[in-house]
Amino acid sequence: MRAYQNKKDVQKKSYYNDRFYVTPQTPKEPIFNDSTYSNDVSSLSKKVEILESYIELGELVVYIKPQDNIEAITHLRDIMAYDMLMELSAIDYIAARGGFEIFYEMLSTSKRKRIRVKTFIKQDQAIESVEPLFRMANWSEREMYDMFGIKSNNHPFLKRILMPDDWEGHPLLKTYPLQGDESAQWYEVDKIFGKEARDIIGPEQRDDAAIERYDTTRFSRLGHEVPFATDIRDGKEPDHTPLAYQEEGGVVIGKSPRLVTKFDENESVVLKERR
Amino acid sequence: MAQHKVNYLAEGGAPIALTTVDKIVNFGRSNSLWPMTYGLACCAIEMMASGASRFDFDRFGTIFRASPRQSDVLVIAGTLTKKHAEFLRRLYDQMPDPKWVISMGSCANTGGMFNTYATVQGADRVIPVDIYLPGCAPRPETLQYALMLLQKKIRRNPAGMAQKAKRLV
Amino acid sequence: MQQKNRLKPFFENINFEREDNTMIVNFGPQHPSAHGQLRLVLELQGEEVVKAYPDVGYLHRGMEKMGENMIYNEFLPTTDRMDYIAASSNNYGYALAVEKLIGVQAPRRAEVIRTMLAELNRIISHLFWLATHALDVGAMSVFLYAFREREFAMDLMEDYCGARLTHSAVRIGGVPLDLPKGWITQLEKFMFTLTEQIEIYEGLLTKNRIWRMRLEDVGIVDEKMAKSWGCTGLVLRGAGVKWDLRKEMPYGLYPELDFDIPVSHTNDSYGRYKLHMQEMHESMKILKQLIPMYKESPIELMAISPEYISSSKEEMMTQNYSLMQHFVLVTQGMRPPKGEVYVATESPKGELGFFIVSDGSPYPYRMKLRAPSFWHTGILQDLLPGYQLADVVTIIGNLNIVFGEIDR
Repeated sequence: MRAYQNKKDVQKKSYYNDRFYVTPQTPKEPIFNDSTYSNDVSSLSKKVEILESYIELGELVVYIKPQDNIEAITHLRDIMAYDMLMELSAIDYIAARGGFEIFYEMLSTSKRKRIRVKTFIKQDQAIESVEPLFRMANWSEREMYDMFGIKSNNHPFLKRILMPDDWEGHPLLKTYPLQGDESAQWYEVDKIFGKEARDIIGPEQRDDAAIERYDTTRFSRLGHEVPFATDIRDGKEPDHTPLAYQEEGGVVIGKSPRLVTKFDENESVVLKERR
Repeated sequence: MAQHKVNYLAEGGAPIALTTVDKIVNFGRSNSLWPMTYGLACCAIEMMASGASRFDFDRFGTIFRASPRQSDVLVIAGTLTKKHAEFLRRLYDQMPDPKWVISMGSCANTGGMFNTYATVQGADRVIPVDIYLPGCAPRPETLQYALMLLQKKIRRNPAGMAQKAKRLV
Repeated sequence: MQQKNRLKPFFENINFEREDNTMIVNFGPQHPSAHGQLRLVLELQGEEVVKAYPDVGYLHRGMEKMGENMIYNEFLPTTDRMDYIAASSNNYGYALAVEKLIGVQAPRRAEVIRTMLAELNRIISHLFWLATHALDVGAMSVFLYAFREREFAMDLMEDYCGARLTHSAVRIGGVPLDLPKGWITQLEKFMFTLTEQIEIYEGLLTKNRIWRMRLEDVGIVDEKMAKSWGCTGLVLRGAGVKWDLRKEMPYGLYPELDFDIPVSHTNDSYGRYKLHMQEMHESMKILKQLIPMYKESPIELMAISPEYISSSKEEMMTQNYSLMQHFVLVTQGMRPPKGEVYVATESPKGELGFFIVSDGSPYPYRMKLRAPSFWHTGILQDLLPGYQLADVVTIIGNLNIVFGEIDR
């Protein structure tokens, strides 16, 4: 029987977990600790329903419903002076909660404060695009679609941005392996040479720890080079690889002066101080 | 390095005696290798630095050409991603014979530290490479040493017009 | 000789010219305008750009996914390769983010060294920007001069951490190495040389008629567009908004340092060019203030927090428990508290932010890297229509984008 592989989360996991270890949480403060933030939250709560809000490590985090995202961000931008949307992306919680958590990181240049607006959508749900409000969402939502498969409604140009257009799969999902699935691993071979060339070119060498038997002996010799088309499979390398330049002894046009003088290492000078 | 099921013995390997014409042609070719500016990522910065004032690349007779049709050497400097692999092959095909390839840096040699879904694990999966240059990023002097090794290699081989097919596909 | 493959020549696939005389030109993923792998599909009406579509992703290496599969310390060299021109600024931002998450404060000398590296990297990045931008626009000798100064700065970095380009000179909790002997003297010499040389560059370019004609009124980014597109850094300051994270939301040692924030109100490329030059002067000012701070600081370099950070080499090699803790931290990784953190620093390109979601395990649950150049490339969509083809090169160069960041 083959070993059990968890298909829901193929990222690297810690191999040793202490079952008595209680994971600490980052300090979360209530919002009334900061006057600007409590002002913002109270004003925002009049517009949209705030599911949860707290201050984490000095930054306000607000949870809203996905339907309210445009209203909330419009309110934050126009009334609460959060004039820049810095970051917009998603976090994959499919295995744990069955959906994605989308966050909007906003910055207020006048108040010098940041706010993180978070919302939870289910796996196949789409979210309304905030592109009319901030043009940066044009590219950020494309990246979100490319990496997670989350579609944005009313986005002017929802196409893959970082991966090639005909890529299959959404890379940042937890179910996508780091080294890529089959279509990823053979992508360039299929594209350029066709599927027939898979046998000729061979699979990718993904093993970091692979050592070829003759590596240490071969590369320890400086300037060593095995000429093309030499059979080295059984360790029989030619002892003598012709290393000399044609003109290693200097180019002689007449005995002297020479056109290209022979290089003598002992005559080279090492500078002690920078000139 | 990619593992290919190619029969090495089919190419023959005895050292060849070079005629004077060969030597002259090789001398000319090796001393005026024109690289193509193919800087992809961080190694491109080191390639630029090797072409700049301190580690002058011009003394080797190299002039960086932008167009593949006018260049001899393709210095792959940087990470080759799967999205880009197609274009690398196109550019390589556009270069006229005789052409050589120097793969600069770990990312071009074997995919480097990026053992991920989007990186081609070595440019030699896509094009045949002559010189592999390790480093991350390799020093400009290393690139120049690689060019010198390439020059030696060119001078060792006969200068026949039809180049033997290189080891890939 | 040609090897058989399936790639057909492009002209069989695409219609290049349309009925209304617009031509579609591919500013391909490989072009000599040294900025990396940007594919711009331009629709040109004669020489004027009618529509522009930047296509990125040719350098997407999957760093965010790598972050989910690596421990926190292991991911640090990967952040180097994001903005590979000023590598230590990325490391600094990442280290600050993780330190905020775990609640650790780096000691004073480490902060001084980190700030020195950050400012030195700012100078390196601006010199590189000047070199490549001038090369693209046509002033090729500035490329050689700026690279010469850059070599001096990279020698300084190499003296410090051993690497010219991808430094990893910063660790979570501090810095691993102290400044070598004579580094500060060399730094002062560098600043002296650089001040003279910047005058030469400015003499070559600032009042140059051709430079001014090519850069003035080109690439006008006004405040509304910049804020809507999430532009930060010099693009935002070139649009008249006096916003610099080092002054407005300071981190590290910046509250104690005295420097100005240059702002341009002309909104065009020429203004941004002048800002870059002024910023180099400001960075040198900061470095001059940091030198006495370094001399007065106590010698600790790494924070003392046995739960998350290994102890110093001396202690580790002699004390058994330190060695055990170091072993666990290196093989399994540190386990930060469960939560999220977003920390932004002012990198030479703009606001570089790290959003880390931790679920208590040694591997981050989500690592989102906020790269300023991502949206600076997006803005090309709105910015380029209306300009000539020659201006396209100027604008791309002027916006200071680096592809390692954009595609991650």
